[in-house]
Amino acid sequence: MRLEPIPNPTALRRVGLPAGALALTVLIASLLALLAGANPFATLGLILKGAAGSKFALLETLNRATPLIFTGLAVAVAFRARLWNIGAEAQLYGGAVVTVLLGTGALPLPSLLLIPVIALAAMAAGALILLAPVLLKTRLGVDEVVTTLLFNFIMLLFVSLLLEGPMKDPMGMGWPKSTALEKAARLPRIVDGLRLHWGFGLAFVSAMVVWVIQTRTTLGYEIRAVGQNAEAARFAGIPVGRVLVKTALLSGGLAALAGYSEVAGLKGNLTLDLSPGFGYTGIIVAMLALLNPLGVVVSAIFVAGIFVGADSMSRAAGVPTYIADILLATALLTMVLALRLTNTRIRWR
Amino acid sequence: MEIFDILLSASFWAAVIRIASPLIFATLGELICERAGVLNLGIEGIMVIGAFAGWMAVYLGAGLWAGVLVAMLAGMLFGLLHATLTVPFGLSQHVVGLGVTLLATATASFAYRLSLPEVTSPPKIEPFQPWEIPIVSDIPLLGPALFSQTALTYLAFALVVAVSLVLYRTPLGLALRAAGENPASVEAQGLSVTAIRMGAVVVGSGLMAIGGAFLTMSAFSSFFFEMVNGRGWICIALVVFGAWKPGKALLGALLFAAFDALQVRLQQTPMGAVVPYQVFLMVPYVLSILALILMSRRAEVPAALMIPFNKGER
Repeated sequence: MRLEPIPNPTALRRVGLPAGALALTVLIASLLALLAGANPFATLGLILKGAAGSKFALLETLNRATPLIFTGLAVAVAFRARLWNIGAEAQLYGGAVVTVLLGTGALPLPSLLLIPVIALAAMAAGALILLAPVLLKTRLGVDEVVTTLLFNFIMLLFVSLLLEGPMKDPMGMGWPKSTALEKAARLPRIVDGLRLHWGFGLAFVSAMVVWVIQTRTTLGYEIRAVGQNAEAARFAGIPVGRVLVKTALLSGGLAALAGYSEVAGLKGNLTLDLSPGFGYTGIIVAMLALLNPLGVVVSAIFVAGIFVGADSMSRAAGVPTYIADILLATALLTMVLALRLTNTRIRWR
Repeated sequence: MEIFDILLSASFWAAVIRIASPLIFATLGELICERAGVLNLGIEGIMVIGAFAGWMAVYLGAGLWAGVLVAMLAGMLFGLLHATLTVPFGLSQHVVGLGVTLLATATASFAYRLSLPEVTSPPKIEPFQPWEIPIVSDIPLLGPALFSQTALTYLAFALVVAVSLVLYRTPLGLALRAAGENPASVEAQGLSVTAIRMGAVVVGSGLMAIGGAFLTMSAFSSFFFEMVNGRGWICIALVVFGAWKPGKALLGALLFAAFDALQVRLQQTPMGAVVPYQVFLMVPYVLSILALILMSRRAEVPAALMIPFNKGER
């Protein structure tokens, strides 16, 4: 068999194939529910209800979506340049560490100044963490997939070291957690009394900024050119190495904001379980959004909804919550296949 | 000097061989995939599913070797998924690989929770026992290290030889290497690049899964989440370090295992009282990165690695 491009795919192809991918995902989720001895319709219903069935559920979903928007944007920016940043998890923790470092009384600033200073410092930390693997790539040709992945493990051990040593909360009853952030450094809630914090607002604004960068600036054009064909871009006079470095700084900074907003907005301190894999899930978020920054917001809310919904479904229906991960991995794989089949057709022979 | 005491103890060298074994299986598996032109980032998840499937099979009453077979088949199944999406459909090997890792890991976790909903600590199985080879296992230092390991370890070393022979001494190996270097030449021979690449990914994934199964069925005797803990990614670094050659990759795995075994033992020395244990645990990951940097100048990457092949396209 071989693949043949279709110049102008029909509307049926463009809508039908992704819809088919979604249907296949739902079908697999239903089979898994059956396997766990639960009613598939009830299971899916409970996931929906748990994700968006009440004001509380919806806010929980938006809260969970916040770090995913940041890591999703980080991945979307990097993948657009074919820079394989699989290390958003490490950059996230880098941002979180700096947030605790500066937010626990080190800077005598009023809240209005303190918040942006800490956010920018956190971004700088994330940017620096990604800079190392990217320089290794541009200078020495070291593959960044493996280095960024390995950085995740190193960073987690480093955070563990900090939380059991210099950053440990002396009042923490022996638990490895950091001292709590001072009040002035905390991101306030958007509406008093509701659990949603301004980290979500920041995530939304970041998505728009990234969209502007990608569609309205020279850098955005260069990033796309490098991603489409690095050789051709170099031939056209685009400084490929420098574009990759800039992309890395942006991507690492965005991922760090996920850690910043979780600490300053939601948790108030740093623990080793701050991120249940937000960095890795960001890859799914970005791919489902086709690397479109505004799409990232939508897909992050969708992905967060699946996780939040699966948690509450699992308590009620007894289907293991890992169904959420299977569902999302299936959605990712079927969606990339559907997109390929949208503009190519299979020729047998 | 503690270091010399450690280096002169038989238990240290036995540990080196033991730690290297799962890495050898998985590194050979990745090497086969990459030599045929496919980067398999599913490795981490495939090791997890292998660790789970083999252990579960034995827990449910299968024999140890039947468990290894189950693990291999589970790995091959996910390998087939990876191969189907990346070879004939030519989808991004990065995205598909990470997707397969996520899917395989989640499947193992889901199946674990489903089959053992109540347990707080995972049940143990009776793992492979060391198999002392007569006479040679009595040699001081070397004997206990090399010749009183489990059958799976001997299999790992035998596979290095087998894979080298197949790669360099058989028409199949030639075709496989050509699929990764110059796929058009393979088609010119009347062979199918698609079939060769898919076969390589499926077989390679089977080996990765046995590497995972080694953890639950030989090194430890139960399954827990996070058990593979980045070993898959380390194996990808080892393939680069080994310049895509089985013998050199084996050397890399042994060297790596030696450092890993050394850091565990150094934690028990006075040095371990001063340096936080996390620093020791970072050693394997830092070493992998250093290995990549060291080899970056000399790396002999298969020319068609990560380049999809579409018949009739230039």
